Amino acid sequence: MTTLHTRLVRYVITCLALVAMQAHAGVLPEDRADALYFRYDGGGVVINGPSVLLRKSIGEHVSVSANHYVDMVSSASIDVETSASPYEDERTQSSLSVDFLNGKSMYTLGYVNSDESDYQAKTMFAAISHDMFGDLTTIGFGYKKGENEVFKNLKDASGVIANDPNFAETMDSQSFNVSLSQIITKNLILAGQYEVITDEGFLRSPYRSIRYFTDPLNQALAPEQYPNTRSSNAVSVRAKYFLPYRAAIDTMYRFYTDTWGVLGHTAELGYVHPTNNEKWIFEARVRYYTQEAADFYQDIFPRADYANFMARDKELATYSAITAGLGATYEFKIQRFPWLTKGQLNLRYDFMTVEYDDFRDATYSLGSFGVPPPVAFAPGTEPLYKLEANIIQFFISAYF
Amino acid sequence: MRIRGLFVLGAFAVMSAGCSSIEPWVKPYDRENLADPIMAFSRAPISQDFLDHVFESREGSRGASGGGGGGCGCN
Repeated sequence: MTTLHTRLVRYVITCLALVAMQAHAGVLPEDRADALYFRYDGGGVVINGPSVLLRKSIGEHVSVSANHYVDMVSSASIDVETSASPYEDERTQSSLSVDFLNGKSMYTLGYVNSDESDYQAKTMFAAISHDMFGDLTTIGFGYKKGENEVFKNLKDASGVIANDPNFAETMDSQSFNVSLSQIITKNLILAGQYEVITDEGFLRSPYRSIRYFTDPLNQALAPEQYPNTRSSNAVSVRAKYFLPYRAAIDTMYRFYTDTWGVLGHTAELGYVHPTNNEKWIFEARVRYYTQEAADFYQDIFPRADYANFMARDKELATYSAITAGLGATYEFKIQRFPWLTKGQLNLRYDFMTVEYDDFRDATYSLGSFGVPPPVAFAPGTEPLYKLEANIIQFFISAYF
Repeated sequence: MRIRGLFVLGAFAVMSAGCSSIEPWVKPYDRENLADPIMAFSRAPISQDFLDHVFESREGSRGASGGGGGGCGCN
């Protein structure tokens, strides 16, 4: 549940960044409808659900976009395994945004609502982008503000889950971003983005625990302790190049740092290849990610009161990840529906592997869901944790 | 500080003067390749949003992951 919450809010913010940035100034986005089914399966977590996106222009100056998205989560993750019981939850997200085109400027306003049994998020955003220098350059600026309410679910003796009446926290988030997109040659485009995000309020999970030594061979669990502010800076550069035989190659690099001491590098390489008959488009992509741990992260702490701030969130650990994916798109037209400019069937598969440098698989010492391990390892000597995930997407797109 | 201020002011002056005389070096009729749908940084926003969701959930980094447009805006 809240293990994912803060990141779900980040996801909302990321979506907003995409919405804002994909609106190329000077031209309204295409009218289209998309219906997606996705499934993520890895690390004991299965998330699946639908997402529906509709974008329609109204006249020559306004385009409206609406998205409805459902996450159905079934979790027995490593965090849950060592200190709780498996759970199922559902998150529903709805968003609406409006683009106003005025000459070479695009103004975007939007609102997103995310609803989960123990987390409510409301986010408002605004963005402006402008084409200049003969439409070779697009500059953009965006602002987002999120207001979130955090609750904690409890399961009673009969198995009924309800909010803890004694727990209610808030978390506010703001984001500023600037972007620049530049045509370099008739085959090359570059884009850069800089984003600052600040969070204030309850930033940890109410469920996750740290572990600490009670003596050299024994351990105990305690709630995490986080700072109540976090500010991050991220800068990215990406490029896309049109190859001589109608295919495209693209690359991206992002540098990230924040006040918690996390330092991240992301690199991505992609290739898009349409067939000669223009019926199929194939895509391959690989992403590499590495990060250094937060200052207050440790897999196991020397004692209970070791520091003011203590975290054991594996996403704050030191690790690296590789994600490789393949996609195929089949394009079609239906003669009976002349209003349908183009239809697409899309299938995409990604495989993700994450190797942690300082996050150990504590089930080897703590057991799994209350069942002791067959051979108990001493705390701090367990094997390092590794995560593998299969990610599948199937979606239909219609352009009209 | 004063020298740095003058330098920044000078740079802005040069840029401002230059803006009025910059000619697009890639003409609109030369942007066919850039306008091809395969040149969009994100061809399917609904799919990209979901993948970003996955990455945001598994990575400590956040932000600056927008597609930044793509194509040339000349279709």
